[in-house]
Amino acid sequence: MKKMIQHGLAIVDSPYDDDGKKRTLVNKLLLGLTPSQYLLQAFRNPFNWILAAIFAVGIPILIGRFFFGLAWATSGSNDYPWGLFLGFGLFAMVPLSSSGFQLGTACEIFGRHDLEPIERLALLNGLLGYFFAVMYLLADLGQPWRLPYPMVVSFGPAAVLFLVAWHVATYLSVQVAEVSTAFFEWIGFPAGKRAVRKITLGLTVSGIILSTLHQGALGALFTYAPGKVHPLWYSSSFQWLHFFVSSLPGGLCMVITVSTIVAKTMAWRGDSRFHEKLDKVTVSLAKGACMGIATYITIKLIGIAHDNKWAYLDTGWGQWFMFEIIVGFMLPLTLMTYGVHTRKMAIVRMGAFMTVFGVVLNRVNTAMITFNWKLPHREIPPWREVIISLTIFATYIVVYRFILYRLPILYKWRRQEQEETVPEAVPAAALGRREASSVPVASYSSMTKLD
Amino acid sequence: MKRRNFLKACLIGGTTIALGKTNKGWASGSFEGYPEAMGVLVDTTRCIGCRSCEAACNKEQKLPEPDTSFDDPSVFQHDRRPTAKAYTVVNSYQKGQPSGPVYRKVQCNHCNEPACLTSCFVNAYTKTQEGAVIYNSKVCVGCRNCMIACPFNAPGYDYDSATNPVVKKCILCYDTRLKYGKPPACVEICPQEALTFGHRADLLKLAHERIRATPDRYVDHVYGEKEVGGTSWLYLAPVGFDKLGFDTTLSNDPIISNVKDFLGMVPMVLSIWPALFSGIHLLCKNQEHGEHGHDTDSNQEDTKP
Repeated sequence: MKKMIQHGLAIVDSPYDDDGKKRTLVNKLLLGLTPSQYLLQAFRNPFNWILAAIFAVGIPILIGRFFFGLAWATSGSNDYPWGLFLGFGLFAMVPLSSSGFQLGTACEIFGRHDLEPIERLALLNGLLGYFFAVMYLLADLGQPWRLPYPMVVSFGPAAVLFLVAWHVATYLSVQVAEVSTAFFEWIGFPAGKRAVRKITLGLTVSGIILSTLHQGALGALFTYAPGKVHPLWYSSSFQWLHFFVSSLPGGLCMVITVSTIVAKTMAWRGDSRFHEKLDKVTVSLAKGACMGIATYITIKLIGIAHDNKWAYLDTGWGQWFMFEIIVGFMLPLTLMTYGVHTRKMAIVRMGAFMTVFGVVLNRVNTAMITFNWKLPHREIPPWREVIISLTIFATYIVVYRFILYRLPILYKWRRQEQEETVPEAVPAAALGRREASSVPVASYSSMTKLD
Repeated sequence: MKRRNFLKACLIGGTTIALGKTNKGWASGSFEGYPEAMGVLVDTTRCIGCRSCEAACNKEQKLPEPDTSFDDPSVFQHDRRPTAKAYTVVNSYQKGQPSGPVYRKVQCNHCNEPACLTSCFVNAYTKTQEGAVIYNSKVCVGCRNCMIACPFNAPGYDYDSATNPVVKKCILCYDTRLKYGKPPACVEICPQEALTFGHRADLLKLAHERIRATPDRYVDHVYGEKEVGGTSWLYLAPVGFDKLGFDTTLSNDPIISNVKDFLGMVPMVLSIWPALFSGIHLLCKNQEHGEHGHDTDSNQEDTKP
C-alpha cells in the first residue's frame, strides 16, 4: 500500500474521487484500487502469508471442533472446565476492550475534545474486543446455539453470569451504535449518523454503567470458586473491583498499543491530524493508565492485607504473583511515569505493552494457571485448543485491519465543499487519463517493474 | 432534549428496580434446607471398597460400560472424581496405615444451597423438596460455570458429544426412585450398610449418636452438617477428614454468600451512575460556555448533499 501511494495512488478519504464523482461501494471496499491491484498489494504483504498459514491450519480444526465435539479440540477436563478459549479469549479480551467506554466518557461526558483523534479507534477497539470475546465464548460453549437462552428461554437472575450475558449483549449493541457513526459516514448515510449523534450521551452513559458492571462481574464469577482460585488472586470482597480497576489501564494501554502498531504499519491511513496529535494523545492516555495502575496496585495490596495473606508471598505461587505484579504493573507504571515526564514516547509505549501483558497474565493466571492450585496436576492446553485460539485471534486482527483500512477511524472523511475545489487544481491531462480507467495515476505494470 | 433525558432516566430507573429486585430477592437471606429433605449418611468406617454402589449407579442411570470392571481393585491406585460416565466413585485413602485403608464414596453432595444452582444463568438446576439437586439438560447452554462453582468438583461434562453435550452428575436417583420415596440405588445395594438413607435431620441425630456411643471409632465431626451451608450427604470418618481427601477449608456459609457483595452493588451502580455521569457532563458543559464544542470538521450534518 505504501508503495502504491508513493506511485501516486490517491487514498479513499472522501465520498468523491478526484474527478468529483461519487465513489461506488466496490470502489470504497477495494480502497480505490482495481481488483488486480488490490490482490497485488494483498499478496505483497508478508503478514498476509502468516495469516494465510494460520487460517490454512486453523479453520479446518475450528470446524472440526463443532463436528467432533469439545473433547476432540480441547483438554475437555472436568477439573479445568474453562480453558484457553475463556481464560484467554474471554477474560483477557474484555478488559483490553474497556477503551471504548473510557474514551467515550472522556470525550462525550468530560468534554475532552482533544482526545477525539483517537476516540473512534478506542470505540472500535472496544467493539471488536467484545465481539471476539463472544466468538471465543461460542467456540467454548457446549451448545453455542443456545446462547440466547438466558435472554429468552430460561432466566437465572441470581447468577453473575446472567448479568455478564445481559450486559455484554446490551453493551455490544451500544458499541455497534457508537461505531456506526463512522460506518454511516463511510457509506454516505448522514441521516443515520445524525440520529446516532443525538443519543450519544445516553449511549455513553449506558456504556459506563454496563462496563463497570460486567468488567466487575467477570471478577465476581471467580467468587463462586473461593477455594479454587489461589488466595493471592482471590479476594471475596474486592474481586470485582480488582477486575474493574485493572481493566481501566488495560483498555487505555491497548489503545496505545494498537495506535502504535497502526501508526507504523498503516501510516498511509492515518491523516495528518492523527499523526500530529498521536504523541500528545498517547501522553494523556498514559497519564490515565498510570493512575489506574497505581490504584490497582494499591487495592491489590489492600486485598492481601485485608485477608492477611502475606504468608503466601513466600511460596512459589507468591513468586509468580510478584512476577505478575512487578513486570506487568509496577515496572510499566515506573516506565510510563518516567516517559510521560521526559516525553520519551518509546518508553511510554514500552510501558503500555507491558501493561497489556500484565493484564492478560493476570486474567490467565486467575482463570487457568493458578486455578485449582490445590490439585496436584496443572492443565496444559492441547495443541488443537491453542491453534483454535490463535485462529480466532488472527480473525480478530484481519477484521480489525479490514475496518481500519476503510472506515474513517484513523482519518477524517473529507467534506464535499473541500472536494469541489480539488478538481480545479488537477491538471486537465491527468484528469482525462483518469476518466478512461479508474486506475489512479500509477498503473499495475509500472509498479511491478519498479518493485 | 430535556424530556428525552427525563424519559431515558425513567427507563433506566425502571430497569434498575426490576433487575435490583430480582437480584436481591434471590441472593439475600440464608436457606437452611427443606425440612423434609432426605439425605444419605456415609459411615466410612464401615465401607470395604467393594464398589457395588458404583455398579448399581451405572445400571440405574444407564451409564456406559466402564473401562475396567467394577471388581478391579487397580482403580484405587489413583484418586478419581465423578465424571459424566460415572456419577459416583470410591477412592481409597490411608493405604499404608496399620488400621488399613479407608474408603470414601464420592458423588454430588446435594447442598442445601447449591453453588451450581446459584451460578447457573439459565436456572437449569433445581433443589427439590426431597433434597435432590436435579438438572434440566434442555436449557443448559454448556458454559460449565457450575463445574467452576461446585466446591466438591461433582459435575462432569460429556465433552465427547458434539451435538448435545450436557452436565452429568448424581441426581439422588430422583426420577426413578427418590420421587417415589425409595432410597437411591447405591444405598439399596450397599452390603455393609455403610450408607443410610433417611431424613437429613434424622441422619444428623443418628451420626452424632454414633459418635457419642463409640467415640474411639470416629472423629467428632459430621462432614456436610455445616460445610457450605450443609449438604444432604453426610460423612463420618475414623481419621481427620483432610486425610480422606475432603476439603476441610470450606466455609460454613453457602458459596453464594461470597457473591452477595457484588450482587448487592449491581442495583446501586445501575441507579447512581446515570445521574452521576450525566451530572458531571452538565458541569463540564457549563464550564466551557459552549466554546469548545464538538469539532465539526467531520460532521456530515452540515454537508447534506
